Amino acid sequence: MKNIPISALIGLGFTVLYFFVAVFAPLLAPYGMAEIVGDVWEPSSSEHWLGTDNIGRDLLSRMIYGGRTTIFVATAATILSFVTGSVLGFLAAVLGGWADQVLSRGVDLVMSIPSLITALVVLAMVPVTIPVLIIVMGLLDATRVYRLARAVAVDIEVMDYVEAAKLRGEGHVWIIFREILPNALSPLVAELGLRFIFMVLFVSTLSFLGLGVQPPLADWGGIVKENKDGIVYGIGAALYPAVAIATLAISVNLVADWVLNRTTSLKGGRG
Amino acid sequence: MNEQLTHMTGQVTAGKMTRREFMGKAAALGVSAAVASSMFANAARAAGPKKGGDLKFGLQGGESTNSLDPATYASSVPFMNGKQFGDTLVEVAPDGSIEPRLAESVEGSADAKVWTFKLRQGVEFHNGKTMTSEDVLKTMERHSNEDSKSGALGIMKGIESMKADGDNFQVTLTDPNADLPYLMADYHLIIQPDGGMDNPGAGIGTGPFKLEVDEPGVRHLFSKFENHWSDYGNFDSVEVIVINDATARTAALQSGQVHAINRVEPKIAELLSRAPNLTVHSTAGRGHYVFIMHADTAPYDNNDLRMALKYAINREELVDKILRGYGSVGNDMPINAAYPLFDETIPQREFSLEKAAEHYKASGHDGSPIILRTSDVAFPGAVDAAALFQQSAAQAGIPLEIKREPGDGYWSEVWNVQPFCASYWGGRPVQDQMYTTAYLSTADWNDTRFKVQAFDDLLFAARAELDPAKRKEIYSQMGMMVRDTGGLICPMFNDFIEGVSNQLDGWETDPTQEMMNGQISRKMWFV
Amino acid sequence: MHPIIKLVSQRIALGLLLLFGASALIFGLTEALPGDAAQAVLGQAATPESLANLREEMGLDRPALTRYVEWLGGILQGDLGTSLTNKLDIAESVGKRLGNTLFLAFWAALISVPLAILLGLLAVRYRNRWPDKLISAVTLTTISIPEFLIGYVLVYFIAVKLGWFSPLAMINDSMSIWQKLSAIALPVIVLTMVVLAHMMRMTRAAILNVMQSAYIETAELKGLNNFKIIYRHAFPNAIAPIVNVVMLNLAYLVVGVVVVEVVFVYPGMGQYLVDHVTKRDVPVVLACGVIFAAIYIGLNMVADIVAILANPRLRHPK
Repeated sequence: MKNIPISALIGLGFTVLYFFVAVFAPLLAPYGMAEIVGDVWEPSSSEHWLGTDNIGRDLLSRMIYGGRTTIFVATAATILSFVTGSVLGFLAAVLGGWADQVLSRGVDLVMSIPSLITALVVLAMVPVTIPVLIIVMGLLDATRVYRLARAVAVDIEVMDYVEAAKLRGEGHVWIIFREILPNALSPLVAELGLRFIFMVLFVSTLSFLGLGVQPPLADWGGIVKENKDGIVYGIGAALYPAVAIATLAISVNLVADWVLNRTTSLKGGRG
Repeated sequence: MNEQLTHMTGQVTAGKMTRREFMGKAAALGVSAAVASSMFANAARAAGPKKGGDLKFGLQGGESTNSLDPATYASSVPFMNGKQFGDTLVEVAPDGSIEPRLAESVEGSADAKVWTFKLRQGVEFHNGKTMTSEDVLKTMERHSNEDSKSGALGIMKGIESMKADGDNFQVTLTDPNADLPYLMADYHLIIQPDGGMDNPGAGIGTGPFKLEVDEPGVRHLFSKFENHWSDYGNFDSVEVIVINDATARTAALQSGQVHAINRVEPKIAELLSRAPNLTVHSTAGRGHYVFIMHADTAPYDNNDLRMALKYAINREELVDKILRGYGSVGNDMPINAAYPLFDETIPQREFSLEKAAEHYKASGHDGSPIILRTSDVAFPGAVDAAALFQQSAAQAGIPLEIKREPGDGYWSEVWNVQPFCASYWGGRPVQDQMYTTAYLSTADWNDTRFKVQAFDDLLFAARAELDPAKRKEIYSQMGMMVRDTGGLICPMFNDFIEGVSNQLDGWETDPTQEMMNGQISRKMWFV
Repeated sequence: MHPIIKLVSQRIALGLLLLFGASALIFGLTEALPGDAAQAVLGQAATPESLANLREEMGLDRPALTRYVEWLGGILQGDLGTSLTNKLDIAESVGKRLGNTLFLAFWAALISVPLAILLGLLAVRYRNRWPDKLISAVTLTTISIPEFLIGYVLVYFIAVKLGWFSPLAMINDSMSIWQKLSAIALPVIVLTMVVLAHMMRMTRAAILNVMQSAYIETAELKGLNNFKIIYRHAFPNAIAPIVNVVMLNLAYLVVGVVVVEVVFVYPGMGQYLVDHVTKRDVPVVLACGVIFAAIYIGLNMVADIVAILANPRLRHPK
């Protein structure tokens, strides 16, 4: 662990910081999430470090609580989408034949309908709560992960060492976890970081459509939207959450890059 | 003012000097740019309307599903399209009086039951046909007959019979109504050839501009109609461009791509008005933002609970934060000073946490959360307004819970269905029409379920009353009834906030509808 | 028959079946949404009478299955029908919008795909050195900012302050190709920024994965220069995941650009589809949905076939 590069350290630092703030939000936030404490769009001051938002709430407090929602929903949905997507993808590659066709065409069918319509419909029919949000986002996204996982696994599946394992009489589960998973890890890890960003942006898009989290709760994307009118007149309230999203995304990906390097090194290659 | 400047303004008035020349010479004389600019504007105004130019609107409120059929108009872009190619019998003037259009004059019988419109002669449709009283009759029939789906169907209800009689069109009512001419000014009632029976969406009317390009949700282009009957319409062409995004709309105005935009966000109105080449107009209107409770559904069937919520809303704060001052506080009735016969002496309801708590206690509510449904589409800032309401209600000990609904489907699934939600009313030209539309026991749009026999009786009495003083007295009583017993929480009346390029002149304040009641293309001109 | 041709014809047949499935699913979903076209058109102005009248006129009083079968019959004869809400011919209005969407997607793809692959190759070539890190950081930043924010910032600085391009990307038939290109400059920039990082990172990761292989070592020992190894030996073997991600992003450029269309007032399919979903205009939603589905299925098919062609082991199954 002592050879962590600077970039990964920075990424790790920010990621840990954001997750820490998210977990301890109620202890850290100077004001209540929905409390009206001042005038509209006040500039930053000693009382309100980031100023106030579009109806006079403390922006820093909202950012802290918003980060909590964003990080929790995005993390949970990413995990869900990766587990479902890659397991099914590998399974399709290993089983081949009809199982592969059914799974792949099923995924094609779901993906062929614009996810906006799917999300609109599903969220219009069931009440929007945080678990529902996570499940809808996670499963819609799992289709993307599935395609990638399958594509990578199909290439590996025809490798000689997999053939050898099959001839040895290893089962599907053994092949998936011992042969395919380690070899498919690097493109998947690279994808994981990006998928996390897309989840963060997906929550904001849903907030944009009025389908996201319930007010006065907010996520970072929602805060950007609430304050976006000020952007073109030099009011920075919308930029802070945008910067937060960007730094979180970059940090997570710096960590992902580092893990990527480590896994490729693990294969005993040329480092 | 020195002699040379006087001469120059004279040149401008005579149309012999352009703005650029004037500003240049004025600067040479040491006149500041701001002063010179206003001098030029005054001189140009004195010259009267100038003809020519291509006018471009950038409007919110258009979808790719829009039709040109006047019966279907429900948003800003179709409304504006109708004002370009069509005319109504009469129009509501900026001062609230009735102004003749395709009817030269209107006359009512002594009991206000029979109304005769004398039609203008020699008016030509864009397809070359001449307008007759038959066309008028057919139009009105299409909007009022049994298989009509017109947005004006509600206001056409009290009509017993109609007839075309030479140059006249006559309406007989089942009950007296002194305000009938206002009903005929409704923007859906555009006179079409043969009443639009054969092809309602053709966009053919008698207006100053005729349709060239119709791309719903994108743009609508109109060109000057040479055989138009009036002096209205100074432009060579009018283009209505759909720009639903608020930021894109202001950017388009600032960069000069359009000349007038509607629905400037209150939050940025002040910032936008600092831009040098445009003016932000704010017009006090009759539209109001509301929270509505169904007065016949528990727990809102308890008047103490309704009063508690009415006292728990901080109107000043909402006007300040949601409208940024571009509006006025409401008084829990749908009427304000913009209406004729408004009683100014009705006391204003004040924000009072004590009274709210008192009424809440008296209501005996069990303390379960009171669910307020809201959405971004209910009115601009509706979600924020609900959040502010929740905060002040919490201070009075009232457990308000906000539920944000998807904008898609809000008007069919939430409004007029759920017992407590945020909504918007555009207002009507006269009090009778507003109350008839939403507060009469039998009204389809009685979205507060306000069903009071005594109120209905007063409404009918007011219609038959031709003495304005007595009518005002009746309307005052009705207003008080809604204010103190109704399900309406009306925190604010919003202004129309619109951005207009300084290249245009001739702006008039018109509270009837947005964008000068749609008359910009008829009444304004390029300087 | 050559196995590839057999495969392609199989996939096309499957694709058609999928299209049918997608149309049924879309129809079911739009029907399941609360409210119908009549209610949506009348909105706040709905009365029970006018609702009933309009439903009858639109034919919504008939059972859903009848309407779907009728629609299916129409489309098999190449007739997309007319819109419920504004009575316009669907084929004509969708055609115009589709043309605009493809126009925008084409230019965005033309810039972003080669750029992404080039940057990916560069990042591998200078792996862990500053060009790699710079490319990663910049692309990650652009992908992490909500696209409407990038849009507004560009509008404000480039269109309003500098006046280089117009803030509205409105195009119509009367414009020349240069006018059109100038009008779509800003949305193309935004879209490029949004899709670049994904494709670039996948290129980099996939090639790095291949770089571990023994034959790369052989090539290196042969003394080939670095860039040639990456380009000639590693890239062709990494092509499957790259093509997959490129196809996903191409599909996104066609199907998922509603927000960009809104910000730049671009008359594309996304806004058109959302408008008609809100108005529950089922025939139009079906037409758009099926077109989107066809594009998606087609692109995925291309991705799968390219992946097979690129891998000799898959090309010549044992």
